[in-house]
Amino acid sequence: MSKCYINGVACISAQHTADNTRFLDEVVNYEKNIIHAIPPIYKDYIAPAAARRMAKGVKMGVVASSIALKEAAIESPDAIITGTGMGCLIDSEKFLTAIIDNDEEYLTPTSFIQSTHNTVGAQVALGLKCNAYNFTYVQAAVSFESCLFDAQLMLNEKEANTILVGGVDELGPITTKYYGLIDHIKDEEINTTKLLDSKTGGSIFGEGASFFVLSNEKQESTYAQLVDVEIISELNIEALQGRVHKFLEHNNTSINDIDAVILGNNGDIDYDNFYKELQTTIFKNTQQLYYKHLCGEFGTASSFGFWIAAMLIKNQRVPDILKMNTKETKSYKNVLLYNQYRGKNHSLVLIRSC
Amino acid sequence: MSKKVAITGMGIVSSIGTTVEENYNSLLHSKHGISNISRINTRHKNTIKVGEISLSNEELIQQLDLPESNNYSRTALIGVIAAKQAVASAKITDKIDGRTGLISATSVGGMDKTEQYFYEFLDNEKNRKYIDGHHAGDSTHKIAKQLGITDYVTTISTACSSSANAIMLGARLIKAGKLDRVVVGGTDCLSKFTINGFKSLMILSDTNCTPFDEDRKGLNLGEAAAYLVLESDEIIAKENKKVLAYVSGYGNANDAFHQTASSENGDGATLAMQKALKISGLQPEQIDYINAHGTATSNNDLSESKALRRVFAEAVPDLSSTKAFTGHTLAAAAAIEAVYAILALRHNVIFPNLNFKTAIEETGIVPVTTVKEKRIAHVLSNSFGFGGNCSTLIFSK
Repeated sequence: MSKCYINGVACISAQHTADNTRFLDEVVNYEKNIIHAIPPIYKDYIAPAAARRMAKGVKMGVVASSIALKEAAIESPDAIITGTGMGCLIDSEKFLTAIIDNDEEYLTPTSFIQSTHNTVGAQVALGLKCNAYNFTYVQAAVSFESCLFDAQLMLNEKEANTILVGGVDELGPITTKYYGLIDHIKDEEINTTKLLDSKTGGSIFGEGASFFVLSNEKQESTYAQLVDVEIISELNIEALQGRVHKFLEHNNTSINDIDAVILGNNGDIDYDNFYKELQTTIFKNTQQLYYKHLCGEFGTASSFGFWIAAMLIKNQRVPDILKMNTKETKSYKNVLLYNQYRGKNHSLVLIRSC
Repeated sequence: MSKKVAITGMGIVSSIGTTVEENYNSLLHSKHGISNISRINTRHKNTIKVGEISLSNEELIQQLDLPESNNYSRTALIGVIAAKQAVASAKITDKIDGRTGLISATSVGGMDKTEQYFYEFLDNEKNRKYIDGHHAGDSTHKIAKQLGITDYVTTISTACSSSANAIMLGARLIKAGKLDRVVVGGTDCLSKFTINGFKSLMILSDTNCTPFDEDRKGLNLGEAAAYLVLESDEIIAKENKKVLAYVSGYGNANDAFHQTASSENGDGATLAMQKALKISGLQPEQIDYINAHGTATSNNDLSESKALRRVFAEAVPDLSSTKAFTGHTLAAAAAIEAVYAILALRHNVIFPNLNFKTAIEETGIVPVTTVKEKRIAHVLSNSFGFGGNCSTLIFSK
C-alpha cells in the first residue's frame, strides 16, 4: 500500500481561508440562512477576460486548485479529480430560464457549455494544459469523498504519483429559493455561532471550493496523511457506532487513538441525531469539532472539513470557534471526519500526522 | 498478471428496445430508433430527430410498481429498469452486501422534471417533491435503493463520456480488490435543456444522423440507460459463473483544448486509446472491431478519425458508430455501446454504421455499413465528452 500525503491545500469559503498562513484567526459571523463565499482576488490567478466568462464556482475552483498546486510545488498533476454536489448551478439556471422565458428561441450556447458538471475539472485542465486523467463525481454529500477514494486507489495501484482533488459548489439563486421551499434551508435567519442551538429543521446553505494535492511522496509542505476513506450510501443510526468501530479497526486504530473528531453537524434538528449518536457515546471523551456554521451546508462542505483537519494537524492547534465540547488534547495525531446529509451519503475519513 | 474483470450481467433500455434481446434484434436488422420527438413539447419538434424510448413515464412507473407519491425523473425510471435487468441477468444468488457497489453516470439527472415545473414550484406544492430529485446523485441513490446496494454508491458526470468512466472505475475497483461486485453504467433522458443546448451549439441534425460521412450534418439526441455487472475472479470461480465478456482495457485522458470542441488532431482521444491498449496488453492489430464515438458532428468525427489514424495508422480495424440507431444518449452512450460491444463479442458480428455514403476526405475512413460476421475477440469502444474528456474501453472474449 502506497501512502497518501496531503502536500498542498486550499480553501475558498465564507471565511478568510484563502491564505493558509492563517487558520481562522479572524472569524466572520453571519446573521443569515444563506452565506456566500468571500471571493479571493481573482485577477491574481485568472486573466480578466477568461474570468468574465466563468461563474463563481468555476472561478473558485480554478483559484483553489492553483493555490494547492503552488503550495505542493506541482505544475501539472497526474490526475485531476473534482467533486460537486450540485454542479454549475448558476449557468444551469441561466440557460434554463432563457429556454423558458424565450420559449426556446434566441439562445446562445455559453451558459449551456458552462453548465456541464465537469466544467471546473475541465477548466483546471485547460488552464494547466493537462492531458491527464480527469474525473468529476456528483454524489451529493459524498462527491468530495468519492474523489479522495479514487485518488487513494490511484496511488495504491501506482496509476499516479501526484493528484489534484477538490470539492466545489456554488449557490444558485433560484435553486436556493427552491430548497428553501422544501425546508432544506431554515426559514429564519440565524446567528451562525448559534447554529447548533437551533430548534428547527433544515440548515444554512453555503458554497465554496477546497482543493488538495495528494501524493505518494512526503515533502516539506506535507500537512498530513490520508489514511482511509469510506462511503456508505444508506445507514441506520443503530448501525453507525458499529461502522465507525469497524472502519477504525480496519485501519488498526481505536477510538482512544482519535485525538479529535470533526463532525458535519449543520443545526438540522431532524438529522443532527446521527452526530449526537457518536457525540454521546463512543466519542464522549474525545475532542469534538464542527465547521458548517462557518461555511454553510452544501454538497462538498465536507471538503472544508477536510481542510480544517489538515490545518489542525499541521498547526497542532484548534481554533476555539470549532469546538463543540470542552475536551482538550495535547497533540493531534489521528483525526476522524464523519459527515452525512439528511441521513444519506455518509462518509468516514481518517487522517494522520506524519 | 493482475486480476481479470468479468462482466456477468447487462441490461439496457433504449430507443431500439427495452431489453438486451430487443436491442440485439434491432441492430441485426438495421432497425433504427430515430423519429420525431413525441414526449417533449418542444418548439424544435419539426426540425430535430431523436432516439426516444417507446415507453411513457406512466408505463415505466407501472412497470416498477411505484406509488403515486414517487418523485422519479425519467432518468431514474429508465436507470432502475436497466440496472434491474443487469442484476437479474447476472443471476446473483448470494445476498448483496457492502462488497457490492454501484457507479452510475448521468448528465441531465432530474432536469426533465425541473424544466417542466421550474416556475410552478413556487405556487404548486404538489410538484415540489421533484426539487430534490434534480441533482445527479438522486437517480443513482434510487437505483441503489432498488437494488439493495447500501455502501459504495457514487455518480460520475463527465458529460458524454460519463458511463465509460463509470465502467472504468468499476473495473479498477474490482482489480484492486476494493469490491467483489459492482454495477456500472449510466442513464440520461431527453430534456428540453439538452435539446436546446445542442441546438444552440448548432450541432443537431434535422435528418437522421450520418456518422463518419463527409456530408454529415450533426447529431441526433437520444435517451437510454444501460448497466453492466462486473465481478471478481473469486466470485466467478466460487460460483462457477457464466462470463459474458471481460473489461480488458481502459484509458482516460483530457484533450485540454476547449470546453466543447475536440482538438484538431484528437490529442485526448489518441491518448485515451493508447492508454487503454497499454492496460489491456494488446497490440493495435489485435482489435477486431471499434465501436466509435461517431456522433456525426463535423468536429467529432474528423477529430476521432484523425486519432484513429494516429493509433492504427493505415490498418484501422472494422469500425462503426451505432449512434445512427440510438441517437447520442449522452451520459448513457458508453454504457449502451458497451452492451453492443459485448453482443458483438458473443455473436461474432459487427453492427452497421447506418446512413453512411461518402468517406471523410481528409482521413478516408470507411465504416462497416452492413451486418458483418467475423470472429471477434477484442472490441475497442470510444466515448468523448465536453470538457475535453476522452475515454476508451476495451472488451474481450
